[in-house]
Amino acid sequence: MVDAVLQGVQTPGATRKRSSLRRTMQRKSTVAFLMALPLILMIAFLVIYPALYSLHLATLNKSMERFVGFGNFLFLFKRETFWKVVEQSCIFALTAVFFKAIIGFTVAHFVHNVPNDRQRKWRGMLLVPWVIPPAMSCLAWLWLFDPSYSAFNWVLGIFNIGPVPWTGDAFWARFSVILVNIWIGAPFFMIMYLAALKSVPDQLYEAAAIDGANWWQRIWYITLPMMRNIIAITALFSLIVTFANFDIVQILTQGGPIDLTHVFATWSFTLGIQGNDIPLGAAVSLFMVPILTVAAVFILRDITRRGNES
Amino acid sequence: MAEVKLRKIIKRYDEVEAVRGIDLDIADHEFVVLVGPSGCGKSTTLRMIAGLEDISGGEILIGGDVVNDVPPKDRDIAMVFQNYALYPHMTVFQNMSFGLRLKRYPKAEIKKRVDEAARILDIKELLDRKPKALSGGQRQRVAMGRAIVRNPKVFLFDEPLSNLDAKLRVQMRTEIKKVHQQVRTTTVYVTHDQVEAMTLADRVVVMNNGIIEQVGTPQELYHSPKTRFVAGFIGSPAMNFIPCRMEANGDSLSVRLNDGLVFPVPAERVARYRGHTQNGKLLLGLRPEHITEAHAHLAPGEIPFEARLEVTEPMGMETLVYFPLNGTQVCGRVNPNAGARDGAPLRLAADLNNMHLIDEASGRVI
Repeated sequence: MVDAVLQGVQTPGATRKRSSLRRTMQRKSTVAFLMALPLILMIAFLVIYPALYSLHLATLNKSMERFVGFGNFLFLFKRETFWKVVEQSCIFALTAVFFKAIIGFTVAHFVHNVPNDRQRKWRGMLLVPWVIPPAMSCLAWLWLFDPSYSAFNWVLGIFNIGPVPWTGDAFWARFSVILVNIWIGAPFFMIMYLAALKSVPDQLYEAAAIDGANWWQRIWYITLPMMRNIIAITALFSLIVTFANFDIVQILTQGGPIDLTHVFATWSFTLGIQGNDIPLGAAVSLFMVPILTVAAVFILRDITRRGNES
Repeated sequence: MAEVKLRKIIKRYDEVEAVRGIDLDIADHEFVVLVGPSGCGKSTTLRMIAGLEDISGGEILIGGDVVNDVPPKDRDIAMVFQNYALYPHMTVFQNMSFGLRLKRYPKAEIKKRVDEAARILDIKELLDRKPKALSGGQRQRVAMGRAIVRNPKVFLFDEPLSNLDAKLRVQMRTEIKKVHQQVRTTTVYVTHDQVEAMTLADRVVVMNNGIIEQVGTPQELYHSPKTRFVAGFIGSPAMNFIPCRMEANGDSLSVRLNDGLVFPVPAERVARYRGHTQNGKLLLGLRPEHITEAHAHLAPGEIPFEARLEVTEPMGMETLVYFPLNGTQVCGRVNPNAGARDGAPLRLAADLNNMHLIDEASGRVI
């Protein structure tokens, strides 16, 4: 269509230079690039500009008047809180992603086995935690964890357990933010795995059943290998989002008690916005990049290798 | 290896009965083909033998044991699927050895069996490849290899050649026959292609609407079909069915097609058809190969008649001719040098020695 339109405007007798320009313009790839250009520019403006700007910010002093090079980074390395944040971010992201994957996979299996006419209802209900705005659901969780009125503690009290300091104690605070993150994020894994499960041909399971595989062997030898790429991509995507999580920690614990539940985003916010040291906050947030890059390179390399193999 | 027996097998899906009480005995080493049109219940029957579908009624016996409630893995069967169902993430070797590895066979034994199957199927050089790197025919061989290495009691084939092109299908058909001659495992093979059924089977089971229409050797089905359905299903092009009446002329009988066309019935068939002179709804069944050009010297039972050809289809070694007769289109097979042309008249001969007479009401061959 585009080619036809462009061919229509071609006139004989054009100079060589003009005709070569016209040829370039006629190429489908050129036309496609030009059509995508507005979006590319928008992405450049929204992603690359802030990224470069935060790099620039991270090299300034607190009043943002003087260039200090790697000064902010070196300062962070010497602070114990920074290493605590690194540790907590890793524990938070890895534990949450692991459990989200396990729960998502298990629930996806159950939903997959529900007859089709009832499956839509279950899918809809199970997606609720993911579609509610996290700020709202976190407030509800905050109420459930409340030191005085905690519904959880009330239930535990019936069995003479507790009260549990859900957000007051270091272990329980970490547990709580991870729990809420899993609650919000598991449906995403469920829906991705459900789609992947549906793409595994039934005949593979039938062939495996005849070959002598029990249910566990069918999962181990058929389902998991067939879903590996989806599992890897979902895990990577979730790892990035969970690592950069802000709202859950900010609403439930604000990084407390004694900075033990801070992740990069909340600590960066605390230092940069609340502490009025934007360059230091920018430096903290930039630490996510190398860690996530390493994870992304490993996971994507694995996916590419398997893609080439099969 | 074992015999397979089906006793009044029924399969119901809600209100629909897909298989309606079939009985079938398959002998040890036998190659039986279930054939029929789409939805006739042949695949469902095979899947019930495999244990992939529950049985709504009746009994299935493999090697003398009732296996109704035995899971597929414990039935000692192997199945080849229409789309091969190879595990895409495993190599050919891993695909073929999967069942043995699950049963914890020793590595040396697994290798021996896979190598032997690969030798039979000529796929030794493919063992390290993944299914994606194989052609359709090679994948089919691997699927067969996966069945062979298990050395099961019964092989089940579910339309295994449907996804292959015509040339490869013929080639693989021969391969399957050769493999069966070597391993002699009892085989149940499902297809909708009657040529496949006729060429492969020791016995063919023709199914329609969830019941067995007829069981017999390919020759029996071709020469002595019991129903109109079997008569029409077996043979290509299909048998012609021409409305007719049976008339008695003293001791002899004749088939009247219309006012101008009467075929005398060969003497040896008179007794069989004598009681049907009052039946107003009869069909004369004649295969195209029994309607040929009329030679100068006609054999007894060959009756000449004139036909105006509507369409001719030259096939090389023969020409198919189509002409109207008694309100139906009739197909004949003539010599390419017989001078058959579209729209031209041609003197043909019907070989009534191979005629079939069908009661239209019951659909039975008389």
